[in-house]
Amino acid sequence: MSNSKVEVVNENKLDKGSFFAKAWERVNKRDLFLLLALFGVIILNSISIPNFSSITTVGFLLMDVIPILLLALTTALIIISAEIDLSIASIVGLSAATIGSIIQRGDDMLIAAGAALLVGLIAGAFNGFLVAYVGLPSLAATIGTLALYRGLALVVIGDASVGNFPEEWTSFVQGRSELTGIPFVIPVVIVMIVWAIIVLHASPLGRGLYALGYSKEAAKFVGVNVEWTKFVLFVASGLMASIAGLYWVLRYGSARSDSAAGLELTVIAAVLLGGVSIFGGRGTIPGVVVSVMLIAVVTYGFRLQRISDVILVIITGLLLIASVVGPNIYQKIREKLDSSSRNKKASSVQ
Amino acid sequence: MSRASRQRKLSFKRAFSVIALSAAVSLTLGACASGTPEAPEGSADALSITYIPKNLNNPYTTVQLKGGKEGAAELGMTYLEVGALDAAADSQVPFIQTEVQNGTKIIVIAANDPTAVCPALEEARAGGAKVITFDSDAECRDLFINQVDEKEVALGQLRQLFDQIGGKGEIAILSATANAPNQNSWIKAMREEIASNPDYEWDVVAEVYGDDDDAKSFQEAQGLMQAHPNLKGIISPTTVGIAATARYLSTSEYKGKVALVGLGLPPQMKEFIKDGTVTAFALWDPSDVGYLAAHAGKALADGTITGAAGETFTAGRLGSYTIGENGRIIVGPLLEFNAENIDQYDYITF
Amino acid sequence: MNSKPASSLERVKESVMRILRTREIPVATAFVVLVAVTAFVNPRFLAPQSVKDLMLNATIIAILAAGQSIVIISRNVDLSVGSMLGISGFAVGTLFVAFPEIPIPLVFVSGIVIGAVLGAANGFLVAIIKVPSLVITLGTLYVFRGINNAWAGGTEYFSGQRPKEFGDLSVETIYGLPIITIMALVVIVSMGIFLSRARSGRDYYAIGSDPAAAELFGIPVAKRVFFAFVLSGALAGLAGVLWASRFSSVGARTGLGVELDVVAAVVVGGVAIFGGSGTVIGASIGALLLTTITSSLTAVQVDKFWQQAVVGVLIISAIVIDRVSALRAARKRKGERSNV
Repeated sequence: MSNSKVEVVNENKLDKGSFFAKAWERVNKRDLFLLLALFGVIILNSISIPNFSSITTVGFLLMDVIPILLLALTTALIIISAEIDLSIASIVGLSAATIGSIIQRGDDMLIAAGAALLVGLIAGAFNGFLVAYVGLPSLAATIGTLALYRGLALVVIGDASVGNFPEEWTSFVQGRSELTGIPFVIPVVIVMIVWAIIVLHASPLGRGLYALGYSKEAAKFVGVNVEWTKFVLFVASGLMASIAGLYWVLRYGSARSDSAAGLELTVIAAVLLGGVSIFGGRGTIPGVVVSVMLIAVVTYGFRLQRISDVILVIITGLLLIASVVGPNIYQKIREKLDSSSRNKKASSVQ
Repeated sequence: MSRASRQRKLSFKRAFSVIALSAAVSLTLGACASGTPEAPEGSADALSITYIPKNLNNPYTTVQLKGGKEGAAELGMTYLEVGALDAAADSQVPFIQTEVQNGTKIIVIAANDPTAVCPALEEARAGGAKVITFDSDAECRDLFINQVDEKEVALGQLRQLFDQIGGKGEIAILSATANAPNQNSWIKAMREEIASNPDYEWDVVAEVYGDDDDAKSFQEAQGLMQAHPNLKGIISPTTVGIAATARYLSTSEYKGKVALVGLGLPPQMKEFIKDGTVTAFALWDPSDVGYLAAHAGKALADGTITGAAGETFTAGRLGSYTIGENGRIIVGPLLEFNAENIDQYDYITF
Repeated sequence: MNSKPASSLERVKESVMRILRTREIPVATAFVVLVAVTAFVNPRFLAPQSVKDLMLNATIIAILAAGQSIVIISRNVDLSVGSMLGISGFAVGTLFVAFPEIPIPLVFVSGIVIGAVLGAANGFLVAIIKVPSLVITLGTLYVFRGINNAWAGGTEYFSGQRPKEFGDLSVETIYGLPIITIMALVVIVSMGIFLSRARSGRDYYAIGSDPAAAELFGIPVAKRVFFAFVLSGALAGLAGVLWASRFSSVGARTGLGVELDVVAAVVVGGVAIFGGSGTVIGASIGALLLTTITSSLTAVQVDKFWQQAVVGVLIISAIVIDRVSALRAARKRKGERSNV
């Protein structure tokens, strides 16, 4: 009974600290590591690269990163639920082509934007239909839709390269705050990020996604409507891609059939680097956001110093490889250490 | 148990303080630096000129840049080259941004897209930089260095075709990418000439795109022969396209039956002249373009010229030039190659 | 248990049914239908030059598809094949320029060895370190392409800088088959035999169906998977050599983007993306189908802007058909089991 008194006293002491302890438990160590790396690179670049610390960097860097950031949010959700969407760049291109062809015909930008979003919804819904209801493996299905949507972009806009978008729209998208350099569209992006965090980390849908990633049967067991969830995910991915397409067109002032070609691999690389496991069931939105920013800062620093993109490409590949090999080797070393310490304990008991 | 939780609390506190410190430092650095104006570091005496070609891993580009290096060295300017590894519409924007931020005074660019590069280029010009386009024009520049007058490029190729097959028959055009500004201006001039010149009664049955890709152009050439068995001639105003088409014709039963003209690199086309697949083709010395751009850039930066029509300046070994309408400068005449002179042009190489 | 001896007619019917049910039938049928329809609209499609072109077009992708299929059957994927092809192709170009008298077989060996070494890097990471192949080969796609760019820069080597005999490998025919196509056939047939008859070949299906069970069963999974990636690399190296023979130039951009075409071909050819089923023959027919469709569309004069969309529809249809027939087969098996 005296023991329990001591324990009670101890528990009270721990109660204050246990909030932080719980938070510390919940915080993903890998995300923390990435965040430290991000700050580290920012500091390193600020010190060693002339002109890096400036509002111009903030402006240009953020404008460059927005499409990848937006696409990474929904791609993370999809990969966490053990699927993949390779058609996102083609949907960006198709939206861009839609906007371009409508503007070329002389119609209003509002109509073009609405049409683009509708196109994204439909494209995503078709992906979702193929994967969730027909039951096709998403890797294969989205390779097919990657070709299909890019092909439709060609049908829609042909070989035209459309420019001359309405001033109000382009100046908003390309505009930046004079004081901080932050682009005007950033609040919208932040809303998207918050939305993604809430969906994944604070909603039943998000828990369902993790369950799906772990095992389809387990998800069904806990009451997830597997087909509907996957369908909605792909619709969201398509819609996000069309939003990215709208941004793309207005930011560059150009709509072509090959807009954003090849972007899907960049996005997937960034998401994987952010700690999302390709097998599903693991990963966080903050981790992905930090990872995208990290790659953006590294890339920006390289380019500012005029270091060749060849180096950048090799480093991106090595980082990707290291991101899975590293934890794996770390795991194996820990296992070795654990087993050897267990052996020692066993032998010392004798 | 409590020992473990104490350890956890400690490591959490440690990590938290590291993060907070890093955040504070990087934000402070950013805030500090954003106060200072972006005075470009480095030599104020040596003017720097940056070349941004369509893409870097491209033989034609390499020849152009060779001339640029030569010109810059002659004028005592620091030569810089940056660029992407792919020729997409948006690929050049980050590199233009780098030059804006580094305060480069002279930017020479071969635009991948006439409008996508403009927002960034306008920022460069607002910051006092002079922008020269070469090879492929955009809207927002001070001067455009055009290797050969578009009409002359078109007429030369048409004349070479006429000399081989006469004025009648089916012909096709194998171009590069559908939205390349230089391609489209040459093809437009060709079609205009065919329509207006009574000697040229050809039927242009197809216009296909090889996307500046060797294998794709090869397949497109195949497709042309498939779809139009009576094809008498192919015009390919792209060094990648003409070489791929020549390779296909030379390895097939169509060798010698279909005339091939266009723009080609002499070292690459030499084997096809020798084996009779191609009788004549044309081009210019791409290094002259880079060389002239360097001189034009220096003249602009010095204030010797402002880009207005009628102004003149000297460009080293190329002699003196007068600026034409809309800031256009023509480098020189079309060079035509055939069996007699092909061996003299081995120097047009990287 | 049916103890009645089957009559010879029934036996013939059964073997015919078995052939018709093989996984390759849908894709082979699609190919035949495609060629028939195209030839009907444009009879020149079956002219000798055209047929030769179809075979040549399919050759390189078919070789890559063969290598990719053994990787995918084992429940992996190799996205780096395009980059490996590029390095090998540029190496071939470099060799001929540096050593104009170099014997052609030596060039072949060099290309294959380079590919094998690159593939071994993939294999080591996937099989020994045991990390997901999609991530690794996405990484090596970038790293190898970077190496290609760093090595080649803006330099390209042209077909005129290679001996005519080398280029003629893609032109000369034996019994109507281009020489490089014969090479591809040898590769495909030997791999097909290996995967279906050899003990170690059949192991790949086990590994793809259930890696843990395969391990328990005593199959040396790591060794097999390592070999699969080495093979995929070696074949990518071979493809690079053939690329240098067929096309005008090799340089930093050679083979860019080829990997998605190859995976599409393999999937269209009936190799399940989750592993455990499919054949090299099927994958090759998939490659043939995909490369032929673009020629067909041009021969039939389909608007060039519609061609890529049609290819996308084709890929999706192929996967759907494959899925439907797999579901039917599974249902039938269930039905048979319940009948017993």
